This record gives sequence, C-alpha cells and structure tokens, in this order.
Amino acid sequence: MSGLPATARQLGLLNCHDCHLLVEAPADGHDHLECPRCGAPLHERKPNSLARTWALVLAASILYIPANVLPMTITSALGTTQADTIMSGVIYFIHSGSWEIAAVIFIASVFVPLLKLLILVILLLSVQLRWRWRPKDRTMLYRLTEMVGRWSMLDIYVVTILVALVKLGAVASIEAGPAAVFFAAVVVITMIAAESFDPRLIWDALEEDS
Amino acid sequence: MPVVACHDCDLLNRLPDEAAATLLCARCGAVLQKHKPDSIERSLALTLAALILFIVANSFPFLAMKSGGFVQETKLLTGIVELWRQELYGLASLVLITCVLVPLLQMSCLLYILAPLKYDRPVPHAIRAFRLLRHIAPWGMLEIFMLGILVALVKLGKMATIVPGISVFAFGLLVLVMAAAVTVLDPPLLWARLDRRP
Repeated sequence: MSGLPATARQLGLLNCHDCHLLVEAPADGHDHLECPRCGAPLHERKPNSLARTWALVLAASILYIPANVLPMTITSALGTTQADTIMSGVIYFIHSGSWEIAAVIFIASVFVPLLKLLILVILLLSVQLRWRWRPKDRTMLYRLTEMVGRWSMLDIYVVTILVALVKLGAVASIEAGPAAVFFAAVVVITMIAAESFDPRLIWDALEEDS
Repeated sequence: MPVVACHDCDLLNRLPDEAAATLLCARCGAVLQKHKPDSIERSLALTLAALILFIVANSFPFLAMKSGGFVQETKLLTGIVELWRQELYGLASLVLITCVLVPLLQMSCLLYILAPLKYDRPVPHAIRAFRLLRHIAPWGMLEIFMLGILVALVKLGKMATIVPGISVFAFGLLVLVMAAAVTVLDPPLLWARLDRRP
C-alpha cells in the first residue's frame, strides 16, 4: 500500500494546487503564501469553496431557464422565419431520422448541464450536512462533472458554423437567437463552479470524527 | 521519504521506488503519478506539428455550401465574424477564445517551455508559463468544435451540398495532434525540472 495513515492537513502541510509540492504551513497563519517552487498562491483548501460554488450554481440554474425557453437559432427562408429552441432542434432531428444526432445534441445541451448542476448541488449539500456516505463515489461524481462539462459548448459551435454557412441573402439565412448567449453563460459558469469546488471537503468530514 | 498529497482527498501517498510505476491514491483512486517516456521530445514534436496544422486550418477554405445556383464559401473564422456582425460580441469572443486563442496560447506555452528544456537552456518564467498552460487547458475546445462541424454537416446535408475544404481535414488532424501533445506530457517531471528555487 502506498497510502499513509494521514492527510496533508493533519500533518500541517499545504499541497500546492498547481504543482503539488508539499509545503510546511507556518504557525502564524498562511495568508498570501506563495508556493516556493511555482509561485502559485497556497491554501489549505480552495478559498470560500462552498460559498463560491453555491453562488455560481444558483446563477447557472437561473440562466438555464431562458437558455431552454428562448430560441437558439432564427432561420429565415423565402420570406418565412422560424425560431428554434434547443429542444425543437432535437425533435427536428428525431423526425428527420437522424436520431444519433438528436441524441448527441440532447445529451450535450440538455442532459449534461442539468446533470452537472444536480451533481454539484448534491456534493455541496453532502459537504454542508457532513455526510459520511460513500466519499469515494462522491469524488468520482466530482471528477465526472469536471470532465464532461465542457462538451455542452457543442450547440454554440453548431450555431457558429450555421450562421457562417447559411447566408444566402433573401433565399435562406440563419441568425443566432437570444438563447445562445444564455446557454453559453450556463456552460461557462458551471465550468467555473466545478473548478471552485474543493473535493477534499468531502473527505474532511470523515477525519473530524475519527 | 518522498511523499505526495492527493489533490482530490488530501491523503498522503508514498511515491513508489521505481519511476515507471503508476501511482493511484490509496483512498480515492485519483491518478497521482504516471510515467511517460521521452515526454519532452514527444510533446515538442507534436506541438510543432500542431502549429503547422493550425496555420493550414486557418488559411484554406473551410466549408462551402452549394444550393441551387448559390455558393457560400467560408473560412474557419467566418462564423466568429458573423456572430460579431450580429452584435453578439460576447458569444463571438467566447468562440474566438475557446477555439483560436486558447489553443494558440497552449501551443506557444508548450513551445516556450519544451524547446529550451530539450537543449538544457534556462528560460525566464518557464514555470509561470506551465502554470498558465494548466489553467487554460479546460478552455481549449477544439475537439468539441470538431463535433460541432459534424452536427452542422448532418443538419445542412438535407437541404444543400456541403463541400469540406482542406481546412476541415487539417482541423481534424489538429484535434488529434493537440490532444496527443498534452497527453504525452509528464507534469511531475516538468514541475521538478522547472523548479524556480535556486
């Protein structure tokens, strides 16, 4: 076994977030401490992790509503205009027989952001209520959130390519709708939220009891 | 005794004696150390290839759409320009940052760090550049843009003929080469070699 029966915090060590150098914490507090090897600011845990993550999760949840209700693209073809939301795009693909593409868009644009917000809320609650339930699985959930979040940008890129290509004057053109801005904000904010959550908080509850 | 703390659960783990071993955290299973052979040379070679592909992807025609008598040709950056023209400045900037600026910065950082390291020349602030590289990594989204191209192709394929240009193929290769350049890196080795302490 490579594991030692102690955490860095129990031995008064700080683990650099960037280069993972172990630094001895000075006795007189450690505000504005720098990693001697790489210069990153040193903290025992990410600063204000819970408050920051809660704030960002709340903001993203609010923005998630207009992102799904408002139109993502506005298509004009031969005098008629049609506004499409994310879901109506998914339904269009199902009807036109490309269910694989429908699944990709649904997973990336609807399912992943929702799942990510849900996981972050569960993790935040679990830390605040000091759950001791399955810390390893909760850490896995965190790693999953960190990994899949960026894929939600897919729809933004599809819109970018569509507005570039479909520009045939009066015949047909596509413009980005207001939902695109809200949706991009949701993706960016949830990415920052996942980054500001400190998974070590999940494990801290276990040590305080023992 | 060489020891590392787990970045996910804070448990201290003893480093294995043989350098080739992969070290997983004993408590939460996070990957703490993984030996990558010839990481500096391999990553440097792949970064140079990525730079060339990046230039190709930005210089040649990207996608063209033929519908009736109309032909609409685009470059890689056309979409960003079009979003800007539609006054969606934030959105245009976001796409520009995630698909052009961050990948370019990633390549520049890699080149700046690895080329002098290969020939044992010291460069100022190399460890800062590596920190920057690690922080911007999640914001480089070339592979997601590639998936976006495929979805857009299927979406438009029913109403028009889409002609992929050289740029699309260069971009596809760039995604693979870029991912490889980052994957072959050995961060613990680089942190140790770039140590700013005298």
